[in-house]
Amino acid sequence: MSATVELMDYDEVLERFDPVLGLEVHVELNTHTKMFCGCPTGFGAEPNTQVCPVCLGLPGALPVVNEIAVASAIRIGLALNCEIATWCRFARKNYFYPDMPKNFQTSQYDEPIAFNGWLDVTLDDGEVVRVQIERAHMEEDTGKSLHVGGATGRIHGAEHSLLDYNRAGVPLIEIVTKTIEGTGARAPEVARAYVATLRDLLKALDVSDVRMDQGSLRCDANVSLMAKDATEFGTRTETKNVNSLRSVERAVRHEMTRQAAILVDGGSILQETRHFEEAGGTTRAGRRKETSEDYRYFPEPDLVPIAPTREWVEELRATLPEMPEQRRKRIQAEWSLTDLELRDLINAGAVDLIAATVDAGATPAEARSWWVSYLSQSANSRGVELADLPITPAQVAAVISLIADGSLTNKLAREVVDGVLAGEGEPDEVVEKRGLKVVSDDSALYAAVDEALASQPDVAEKIREGKVAAAGAIVGAVMKATKGQADAKRVRELILERCGA
Amino acid sequence: MPSISRDEVAHLARLARLAVTEAELDLFAGQLDQIVQAVAQVGQVADQDIPPTSHAVPLTNVFRRDLVRPGLTQQQALAAAPAAEDGRFRVPRILGEEA
Ligand SMILES: [Zn+2]
Repeated sequence: MSATVELMDYDEVLERFDPVLGLEVHVELNTHTKMFCGCPTGFGAEPNTQVCPVCLGLPGALPVVNEIAVASAIRIGLALNCEIATWCRFARKNYFYPDMPKNFQTSQYDEPIAFNGWLDVTLDDGEVVRVQIERAHMEEDTGKSLHVGGATGRIHGAEHSLLDYNRAGVPLIEIVTKTIEGTGARAPEVARAYVATLRDLLKALDVSDVRMDQGSLRCDANVSLMAKDATEFGTRTETKNVNSLRSVERAVRHEMTRQAAILVDGGSILQETRHFEEAGGTTRAGRRKETSEDYRYFPEPDLVPIAPTREWVEELRATLPEMPEQRRKRIQAEWSLTDLELRDLINAGAVDLIAATVDAGATPAEARSWWVSYLSQSANSRGVELADLPITPAQVAAVISLIADGSLTNKLAREVVDGVLAGEGEPDEVVEKRGLKVVSDDSALYAAVDEALASQPDVAEKIREGKVAAAGAIVGAVMKATKGQADAKRVRELILERCGA
Repeated sequence: MPSISRDEVAHLARLARLAVTEAELDLFAGQLDQIVQAVAQVGQVADQDIPPTSHAVPLTNVFRRDLVRPGLTQQQALAAAPAAEDGRFRVPRILGEEA
């Protein structure tokens, strides 16, 4: 299996073939409890401490459906412009594998809760691709296996495996696209953009953590190639569990070049599951794909059908938030951004932060300026994402309001931000602790002005004679004496007043 | 007209992890065929307007609130396991596929 894999040059692939995609995304819901039992769903607990007779498949245990999970499934369906089933059932998908202690997965088969939808996906250059959604159905996650004895923790060479069932039974929604055709060279990019758009949508719906790195959002990419003169789809492979947006793009591209090389060589593609290898960006053969008959699906006898009333569906529709795409368009208009400016903000991960800062009372211009300049620089120098800076939009808004009411100069404000980033507390506390407030108490300023005038009598004389420009030197002296914490404009006013100019 | 072949029985037996002898394959093929034909008679009396029945109770939408309920401790969970290690169920090596 480890023979060198021939790959075809990408441009040549496109001259000869059209790629056809189908994407399956599994999303773990962020419910408090599992799909069919009251076990908690938190990530990272000690193994087998979030289990019960139901999710361990012990004899006699009976499942009961989590209402919030069904509500989330319906909301996802509505957000994907799907029809919602008036009546549907769960089904048993039968297979033997240690990650599923019941020896079947409770899923949905021919009666998904949501079907026939679409999602518009905007590519980097603004082109919009409408991806048709086949279905979204409810199921449960499997346990996690740890392979012991192999050199790399992999199954190959392992002597035995260890199972943790904390994840078994966590509510999962599988979202399946219809075949995506006609995307040509952009197929890998479309795949990535689709998963990214779906992730943003699910995040806006607040139905999942959508953490690809923790597996709460997982993508399986079906890829096949159709020769330019062919009338039927080619045989597809399914690359499993691709764990980052970048990997989605790489996996699709790799499969295109791998399959093309086999096909022009007269070979044929095996319908199989493949595994993505993060390190080399390649895929590796897994098991031959079972046919769905082999799963011997049948209606789950322990769960009664689900028949969402239209009233309930409409209630749930009313809870849908503004969709990310609409939100971006609104923000672009409200903040008067060009397409390029908006895209830069999106790529910098700044849109949500700026919007939250505006919601906390700042003007869009000020909020944007802070996040894209000073805070972006801070994030860069710390090597972290903007959103991971230890400062909240509310704190940024507080700093901005301190500038607006004259309590801080821009220079002092940057120091306050540094203090917040250094963990010194809220902006007010930093101002207090570091003594950064603008000296606005006129009596203190009068004293400083009088002192400066007295120490430079010749300059003072010129000002009295009407040479107002000379005041600059006195302003400088006062600013120096107050360590920059005075409002220069006010200082100037006081100097002119003192000199009767 | 036999609708269940010997090969299909062998395939099903493999999927169900059942050790079925050569002689049993013939026996079961015949028996399963009779069962399937008997069940198929339902289709002759049930008309298009009668939906297939999967549940004997006329209930829908039986839900549970999303509230955490205490489950088992790790020790309880592993108590009946043939083998355990590091708080996990220990199983023989898994052949064929990476999870
Ligand atoms: Zn449980």
